[in-house]
Amino acid sequence: MHMSQDIGVWVAALLTLGIFSFLYRDNPVYKFCEHLFVGVSAGYYVVLTYFSSIKPNLLVPLFGHFGEGRNFLLIIPFVLSLFLFSRFFPRGDWLSRWSIATILGVYPALRITGFGQSDLVQQVGGSILPFWVAGDPLTSFNNTLLVLGLLATLVFFFFSKEHEGAVGGIAKVGVYFLMVSFGASYGYTVMARVSLLVGRVMFLLDNWAGLVRF
Amino acid sequence: MNLASIASLDRRWIFLAVGLLVILPLAFGFHIAPVEPSPRSRGFYDAIEKLPEGSTVLLSGDYDPSTIAENYPMHLAAARHLMRRNMKIIALALYPAGPPLTDQVLHLVGAEFGKKEGVDYVNLGYKTGNELVMSSMGSSIPRTFPVDRRGIPVSEIPVMKGIQNYEQFSLLVNVSAGFPGTKEWVQQVVSRYHLPMVAGVTAVSAPEYYPYLQTGQLHGLLGGMAGAAEYEALINRPALAMRGMDAQSLAHVFIALMILLGNLAFIGKQPARRA
Repeated sequence: MHMSQDIGVWVAALLTLGIFSFLYRDNPVYKFCEHLFVGVSAGYYVVLTYFSSIKPNLLVPLFGHFGEGRNFLLIIPFVLSLFLFSRFFPRGDWLSRWSIATILGVYPALRITGFGQSDLVQQVGGSILPFWVAGDPLTSFNNTLLVLGLLATLVFFFFSKEHEGAVGGIAKVGVYFLMVSFGASYGYTVMARVSLLVGRVMFLLDNWAGLVRF
Repeated sequence: MNLASIASLDRRWIFLAVGLLVILPLAFGFHIAPVEPSPRSRGFYDAIEKLPEGSTVLLSGDYDPSTIAENYPMHLAAARHLMRRNMKIIALALYPAGPPLTDQVLHLVGAEFGKKEGVDYVNLGYKTGNELVMSSMGSSIPRTFPVDRRGIPVSEIPVMKGIQNYEQFSLLVNVSAGFPGTKEWVQQVVSRYHLPMVAGVTAVSAPEYYPYLQTGQLHGLLGGMAGAAEYEALINRPALAMRGMDAQSLAHVFIALMILLGNLAFIGKQPARRA
């Protein structure tokens, strides 16, 4: 059993305990750890983005190669990125709208095509299933349940007709399917949160306190 | 103590109980239940097993230290499985704090299997842009990642020889904590380039990906620490996730009991409220 002699491990362990102190009540130690995390994360993100993206993908291809191989088209994103900083100057802040308009134009277009294919076309295809699969009663039951659950849930979200009579009954079945889905999501959420605690306890017991080796 | 008093129970007692139920099994290492691989985990395992030895695989570790407990064990297990089968690994991360974790995984497992950085695997590092990075890689990976994480031009890295876009990969293995991650890889790469994909995700996001599994857009899915433990069992290499599952199971039983008691207490209070 050997406690860690690594200063980095000690800092991480004390910060972990500082964050856990919130479970008892809010306190200055927790606040310090929280603010430190936000500040360090922001600084790390800025430096990393510069060295991993801005420098190798923009500055070096544009200014770094003297002679052949320069990509002058990169002047366009370079200028647009500079325009974003015009928001600091009230008289010229309209320039930033060009950059934002470019982002808003490209990004949704890129997402819509992928979304349409994977989340609409493929999902509609995936819900067209046979109710009866010869020799496989379990798959037959699963397929039937999936299709009925899908239809009932869609009826629940159909608001052009009042939820009364048969429509109301089907919508109610849809609610039960939604409840099962929320329950499953909640169960997974509990598992995720407990896993995070398990991870920190492993770190404290192993890397810091040296009580157990995982 | 009757059921009604549960409503006024100081929540810190519950925190303490959960804490003890997690610490004790980890400290004393007792074993509760065996880990049985699910069809989802088996799909993940089979997708890698079916690849010819020496194939090139894209390994994207899209997570950071906040989800290390769930994602790191599955990342480690996937790297072990891939290197055991002599796959070439092209790794990257779409989370800013992801590359050091990818480095740690690749160096640790690379040393276990005697693999060399640059020859058998490479860490291309982080690139900002989310879906734009994925889309750009479809046109040209060397243009999207001109240098690896060490700053070496990809044209000088042996394992990157001949890698132009997604066509050179046999499989995409994604370890994901959320956005950008599995959903975006499916939308941008699987749907457009038809690259087979498996994913290991955090438990909180796992239900979101079941539809992709059902439609065959994902060949396998590891959900949270439980999924990682199942995968460790499949590759016959028990590690962090399997060690954590006993603590996880005990905490789950306790939380389920608390939910049950809480609901019974709520139901017990109902008539009094109506009156």
